[in-house]
Amino acid sequence: MRLRTLIPTGALFALPAMAGLTCFVAIPFLLAIALSLTNLHLASPLPVAFVGATQFVRLFEDPAFIRALLNSLLFAAVVVPLQTVLALALALLLNRPLLGRALFRTLFFMPVVFPLSLVSVIWILIYAPGPDGMLNGFLQFISLGHWQPRDFLHDPVLALPAIMLTSIWQGVGFQMVIVLAGLQNIPEQLYEAACLDGAGRWQRFWHITLPGLRNTLIFVMLVTTILAFRLFEQVQIMTHGGPNRATATVMFEAVQAAFSRQQVAQGAAITVVFFVVVVAVTLLQRRLSVQVPREASR
Amino acid sequence: MRRRLVATMLSYAALALLALLFVAPVLLMMAGSLKPEARVLTEAGSLKAFLPGNWTLQNYRDVFARVDFARYLGNSLIITGSVVVAGLVVNSLAGYAFARLAWRGRRLLFTLTLAILVLPLEAIAVPLFYQVTWMGWRDDYLVQILPFIANAFSVYLFYTFFVDLPPELEEAARLDGAGPLRTFATIIVPNSKPVFASVAILSFLGQWGVFIWPLLVTSGERVRPLSLAIATFYTLPPLQWGDIFAFGVMMVSPILVVFLFFQRWFVRGVVATGLKG
Repeated sequence: MRLRTLIPTGALFALPAMAGLTCFVAIPFLLAIALSLTNLHLASPLPVAFVGATQFVRLFEDPAFIRALLNSLLFAAVVVPLQTVLALALALLLNRPLLGRALFRTLFFMPVVFPLSLVSVIWILIYAPGPDGMLNGFLQFISLGHWQPRDFLHDPVLALPAIMLTSIWQGVGFQMVIVLAGLQNIPEQLYEAACLDGAGRWQRFWHITLPGLRNTLIFVMLVTTILAFRLFEQVQIMTHGGPNRATATVMFEAVQAAFSRQQVAQGAAITVVFFVVVVAVTLLQRRLSVQVPREASR
Repeated sequence: MRRRLVATMLSYAALALLALLFVAPVLLMMAGSLKPEARVLTEAGSLKAFLPGNWTLQNYRDVFARVDFARYLGNSLIITGSVVVAGLVVNSLAGYAFARLAWRGRRLLFTLTLAILVLPLEAIAVPLFYQVTWMGWRDDYLVQILPFIANAFSVYLFYTFFVDLPPELEEAARLDGAGPLRTFATIIVPNSKPVFASVAILSFLGQWGVFIWPLLVTSGERVRPLSLAIATFYTLPPLQWGDIFAFGVMMVSPILVVFLFFQRWFVRGVVATGLKG
């Protein structure tokens, strides 16, 4: 009772969650910034010193990190549009009164509940080299025997696309469900009015469906971009960054620096870069989303 | 009318084809887990990959003989269960405080909570790893549970739900002389089952699949969850795909069962993330 007079009830209610977020999100975040400005290296005898932006300069001069950053960007640049379009296509296919709609939705969503580590292991067998590999066998079948079996995960050109395919398979159901809900929020009257005005299928899609889905699609792309940047499990398990760094990502580099190489400061600097990217993407989404009410009121 | 029929047929064809591609990896795993080891790899490139042929449970027996599967399963259940249950309590209280209670600092703290909403766990995994290492805190259950109980996103989901509840609910309770905690426990919680279900499922899903964190903080098998154990099992010689798939089937079945029974809530939870975003 006396406690309540000292601290307001609301603050007491929020206290456990706020304490948790402070200890395990805010403090590590500040720690990452602080560490990234030092030269801390657990395997190095040098005394710890403040080195300013040196870690960041070194980071952006390090071909391994640049490669990882480019891989992450490329991954996002391919997967985000592809996965969004596929999610939209699936949602549009399912947004009509079809028999077995629920079954299809379940099947497309199912991979989302699979842990990424399990997904990665399953897809190693799918990408197995030689004609016995599932994908090789499938491609040979549909090309009527013209496909030359490849070792996808050890091929410098094909390894990253292989990981992209796996990631899309696992993640697209999540986006599909969100887009489907967005579609169902578009008022039916708009379509009826458009039909009366003689608008065709494409016109309705461009002028009603897409604008109606604007915020949903922006949100979906934001989430997919952030997920793309945190790409780790598939790389760690399927290729371990190889062949020849073709699949190393920002997150993979961060864990390598922090864990395998014990370069504390460098691992922290990579984390800070990661933060900046996530915040930039989020701000971009906010910018793009606020325009909607303005347009609607016009 | 005829064009409509053609369109419907095409939709079905497209859906059926896509559905096959989506299910293929899952069927491969399930069929492979039931086959004699010698046939898993040799048949993966043909349609036989999806047919078990003469069924055997040998792969499942192998898993239990080669590793302590029950321990991993127990670890996953302990970690995921604790995070989900404690998370529901802690985050719903915070969501309620932000949505319905007036107190100083509410706005500031809520803004800060929203600011870290989008940060994935991976973004703080490395500095958090240094932090717990310095605290000498490694390789137990608590280090895998405590950091993930408070969750900005769950707080936000609770907030958006509570904010829309009618104020009459609380007024009735207040007239009865109930304090804030009793009002919350006896009036708000029973009227908010959908949001509790959504948050529970989303955090269950996220926690069951954790990988980076246990990879960083666990060193032995003692507290290792399934999601990490599958990756180490894959690297455990000899490489036996039938065993790996049996491991996979056993690790994913609990989620698949939960998913099939509570599908509505899964979808609702996911949708809640999207519409409020």
